[in-house]
Amino acid sequence: MKNVIETKNLCKTYEGVIPIHAVNDVDLQIQDDEFTAIVGPSGSGKSTLLNLIGGLDHPTSGEVIVNGHDLSEFSESKLIDYRLYHIGFVFQAYNLIPVLTVRENIEFIMMLQKRKKEDIKNRIHELLEEVDLLDKINKRPSELSGGQQQRVAVARALATKPEFVLADEPTANLDSKSASNLLDTMERLNKEESITFIFSTHDQRVIDRARRVVTLEDGKIISDVQK
Amino acid sequence: MMFKISWRNVWRHKTRSLIVILAIAVGVWAGIFILGFYMGIMDQRIQDVIKTEVSHVQIHHKLFTQNYHPKFQIKNSRSILEDLNHDARVKRASGRNVSMVMIASANASSGVKLIGVNPDDESQVTVIKDKVLEGVYGFQNSNSIIVSRKLCDKLKLKLGSKVVVTMQSKSNELTADAFRVSGIYKTSNTKYDEATAFVQDEKLQTLLECDDYHEIAILLNSNDDLDPFTTYLSGKLPDKSVESWKDLVPGMRYMVETADQSLGIIMWIILLALVFGIINTMLMAVLERIREIGMLVAIGMSKIRVFFMIVLETVMLVSVGAPIGMLLGYIFITYFGSHGIDLSIVSEGMEEFGYATIVYPTLDFSSYIKVATQLVVLAIVSSIYPAWRTLQLKAIDAIRKI
Ligand SMILES: Nc1ncnc2c1ncn2[C@@H]1O[C@H](COP(=O)(O)OP(=O)(O)OP(=O)(O)O)[C@@H](O)[C@H]1O
Ligand SMILES: [Mg+2]
Repeated sequence: MKNVIETKNLCKTYEGVIPIHAVNDVDLQIQDDEFTAIVGPSGSGKSTLLNLIGGLDHPTSGEVIVNGHDLSEFSESKLIDYRLYHIGFVFQAYNLIPVLTVRENIEFIMMLQKRKKEDIKNRIHELLEEVDLLDKINKRPSELSGGQQQRVAVARALATKPEFVLADEPTANLDSKSASNLLDTMERLNKEESITFIFSTHDQRVIDRARRVVTLEDGKIISDVQK
Repeated sequence: MMFKISWRNVWRHKTRSLIVILAIAVGVWAGIFILGFYMGIMDQRIQDVIKTEVSHVQIHHKLFTQNYHPKFQIKNSRSILEDLNHDARVKRASGRNVSMVMIASANASSGVKLIGVNPDDESQVTVIKDKVLEGVYGFQNSNSIIVSRKLCDKLKLKLGSKVVVTMQSKSNELTADAFRVSGIYKTSNTKYDEATAFVQDEKLQTLLECDDYHEIAILLNSNDDLDPFTTYLSGKLPDKSVESWKDLVPGMRYMVETADQSLGIIMWIILLALVFGIINTMLMAVLERIREIGMLVAIGMSKIRVFFMIVLETVMLVSVGAPIGMLLGYIFITYFGSHGIDLSIVSEGMEEFGYATIVYPTLDFSSYIKVATQLVVLAIVSSIYPAWRTLQLKAIDAIRKI
């Protein structure tokens, strides 16, 4: 198995009266097809770690290596391309453009990738079928429930055919039924499309579904369990 | 797709966008209307001055207008007139004798410019004939005089009243003769009225001991011929003074030029106010969408695209409001251009300065183009700042807020 993501001595320190080591000397390897949860109490550095891997934030020291490339060597515009072509993002909220329909939201990111029209159309149908929202294709996000919105976000994240999907607390705003629904979807896509999922959470039911659980505390990995 | 997003974003806050669009429309409409109104006043004033006072072009002896001495006649004025009246560009040329005289009634006296005219020619050059309120425009006999209503009031005259006119002849003799008021006129320029009276040209020539005209007034068929014709004529008559209304009434020319400038400034002020309004709205629109925009950058939308999206949104706001304003302006100008706006209630005394009390707004096509160009500049200028502010946004900070 090859490493998709590798961090080496990764540190992120927020300077202040008391410096905060949000991510403190983290060595982490993520391989193809993983379904990994990053867990830990609030403030333990989960979001910071995901943002560093996603090229949204710059480390204070250490390296993030994705498919053999060191992210710190990327320029700002190359980072944007890296995010567009290689990563799918799912955030806790505000994932979708409110003025666009479900179809257009997915179409939009593929247009940013300059994909062919025919290609786009087929992929949208395929994805919405997989997240079971084909009947909502022409609805605006505001017409969907929170769980449905998050499933559209997952579909949007996969639309670009990324190497992996980063999801920072994707279930935080969902009730438990919607949350398990979303997890079902993610699990299925992980198997069927063999997409690597890395998600942060502090919901025990979500943690139970992960195949690997990395636990952070004060920016350090305190346990790493494969099931 | 970008157009779709921007367009829908414009309508995200309907009320807010509508207010801005309305402000733009009203601003543009008001601006255009002010332009048209002002242009209407000026156009009318110019036409008035041309048609009642100076005509398009005048010929004099080079020294005549310095002191109006009767000896400065136009040599061969009759053959010049003959030629002019055969020129295709000339509607009509009229010969005039002009003398600064003292006119006295039984009650009072006043200095006026007495103009000797041939009513048949003159009535085709100026519109005084149409401005006659009482009596006729014409001379029943050689001792008829046409004066203005204003002068009648001043000298307590009425139709048929007798006046005595005193003047200096070519040989510097003081001559006087009695006239009877045969017509009373009134133009929109009180100052002109007070100082102008008309008699028969031959009669005035006799009194002044002249045999040529002092002034040839030329009305052209088209305003566009004015400058070329003036140049042509002064070339043809090098020893005479040939002047267009622009030289004859320099104040008017100055007025036209400064009006152009001040109207430009008024328009820019209106636009500047709109710029601030638009920038304010767009900043609001951007700031409340920080998370959404942060998300877009995070998932891979380039900053150039974000910038373009905000610019597009601003341009759309303007391009909805501006045409409405232009159309409203056009409709108003066209409607009032034919019906006129009666200002006599609000602006008593405007006539004192020679302005008509009914204004017919008018605006030429090129002015609309100018306004449209200014609006394009407006749209771009007011989009830059909000779009630039969006670029300052750090995706990571916006994402953190999620
Ligand atoms: N911009 C910042 N400036 C200063 N400190 C920061 C900043 N962002 C995060 N931190 C600090 O870094 C630490 C890690 O934050 P992070 O958001 O990664 O935690 P988390 O595990 O995602 O927490 P939560 O479960 O609440 O989302 C926290 O102590 C936080 O206060
Ligand atoms: Mg977090």
